[in-house]
Amino acid sequence: MSDLTDLYQEILLEHNSKPRNCRKLDDATNSAEGYNPMCGDQYTLYLKLDGGVIEDIGFQGAGCAISKASASMLTQQIKGRTVEQAESLFHEVHRMLTDPGTVVDSDLLDELETLSGVSAYPTRIKCAILVWHTLLAALEGRQEVVATE
Amino acid sequence: MTTTSGTFDVARIREDFPLLKQTVKGKPLVYLDNAATSQKPQAVIDALVRYYTTENANVHRGVHTLSQLATDEYEAARSKVRQFINAAADHELIYVRGTTEGINLVAQTFGRQQVGPGDEIIISGMEHHSNIVPWQILCEEKGARLRVVPINDYGELLVDEYEKLLSPRTRLVSIVHQSNALGTINPMGTIIELAHSRGVPVLVDGAQSVPHMTIDVQKMGCDFFVFSGHKLFGPTGIGILYGKAEYLNAMPPYQSGGEMIRSVTFEKTTYNVLPHKFEAGTPNIAGAIGLGAAIDYLNDLGMARINTYEKELLDYGTERLSRIEGLKIIGTAREKGGILSFILGDIHPHDIGTILDTQGIAIRTGHHCAQPVMQRFGIPATARASLAFYNTRAEIDSLVEGIDRVLEVFS
Repeated sequence: MSDLTDLYQEILLEHNSKPRNCRKLDDATNSAEGYNPMCGDQYTLYLKLDGGVIEDIGFQGAGCAISKASASMLTQQIKGRTVEQAESLFHEVHRMLTDPGTVVDSDLLDELETLSGVSAYPTRIKCAILVWHTLLAALEGRQEVVATE
Repeated sequence: MTTTSGTFDVARIREDFPLLKQTVKGKPLVYLDNAATSQKPQAVIDALVRYYTTENANVHRGVHTLSQLATDEYEAARSKVRQFINAAADHELIYVRGTTEGINLVAQTFGRQQVGPGDEIIISGMEHHSNIVPWQILCEEKGARLRVVPINDYGELLVDEYEKLLSPRTRLVSIVHQSNALGTINPMGTIIELAHSRGVPVLVDGAQSVPHMTIDVQKMGCDFFVFSGHKLFGPTGIGILYGKAEYLNAMPPYQSGGEMIRSVTFEKTTYNVLPHKFEAGTPNIAGAIGLGAAIDYLNDLGMARINTYEKELLDYGTERLSRIEGLKIIGTAREKGGILSFILGDIHPHDIGTILDTQGIAIRTGHHCAQPVMQRFGIPATARASLAFYNTRAEIDSLVEGIDRVLEVFS
């Protein structure tokens, strides 16, 4: 049956306790906020775009281990990529989370594949996907606070 | 298994609850989410099946045998509720969907009629959203003020502050009997006395108290008392608003239409007597009958014995949880019901809940529809285990083991 290690893998827990790029960018060109009031997960994402490339990325906020690990991994994977690559990654992550058992692009996802266990816990998908929707909002310059509840 | 409460054979009682035999993620279910909803004894399930198999017909309107049978069962259940909470008369019990609808009913009828600009309504800082939002909406509509009694760090109501809030402008006090987030049991006798001495009526939210203790509304003195059937080991979609006849008679109707009328013409319509005035349309007949069956079941066990057993279980749970390093119980009132709300270091309650779920343990995590309570304690959420009389010490032990596992994962 369900093993905890499917969900709370070492890598995820590590990202939760030592999140990468956990800082505000003073020279951010784009930013957006994601907030799930029922959960309490709340994050602000900061991007520095230059010529269609995400040169720098940071995030601040708090929430459950799944949402924070997802935020940390997102910043790690997105930094240095183009906007188009970031959008492709969003779709791949979304597919992985919402379609259990689907074959994913492991090269593209890299460490993000450790989030695949969330697909077996439908009530937690919104936690993992929050920062990803926030990323889209930041890229598109949308002002309203993003929610996935 | 006996306890100091006399012979309370919890193992045998559990046999009455079929769902408790379920397994979750391959483990035996440990159901500790009773404040959210309760499990149902076979007798209640049987009553629902029996109703739909042999008794189903619409109530109050027919002359045929089946409709008379259904009406008798439906009204007999109302009588059972009257006796269960010791109301003075059957017609003082209104069937509603649940506690939330009961409170909305009072807010939209009594409230709209009695509350005007500059008036005040008193609630407490530990209320469920269902006993906050209807009053906020009413106050906004009427230009009235919502006053909130503060609570201390133990989660206890500050009665002195409450007394100070009572003013010539107070039109209603609406307070929870037992807090769903903290477990605090409020001193309703004192609260009602103080309000009545100033001519102010009191509504008591009994959603969490009625399943766990003997309720006597006449002794308590409350003017309104609301509760939900599904928390009382009965079906969902049924609840009770108790109101003193003098208030209910003075209140205008809530929902209108069939059943709540006496006569209808296009020129004038007159309303039915209590309780039917507040029961428009076809009611949740099966739900009412199921609620009656739940009350029969509880009367067999005895609410006093249930209360004693749960107190002992709460003490055991509190003791075991208190020993866990890094665990903090939120809600430590001297008078408390079987609710163990806690935080665990900086581990998010949702992660606690998910990990416990993999162990077959059902608790609730989040703000418990009590965001102001969470704000008061400076936390986004808690993990909450809530007890009922079919829970055991062994289940508390499982909860503790589960929490140890959570700590392991996050170490």
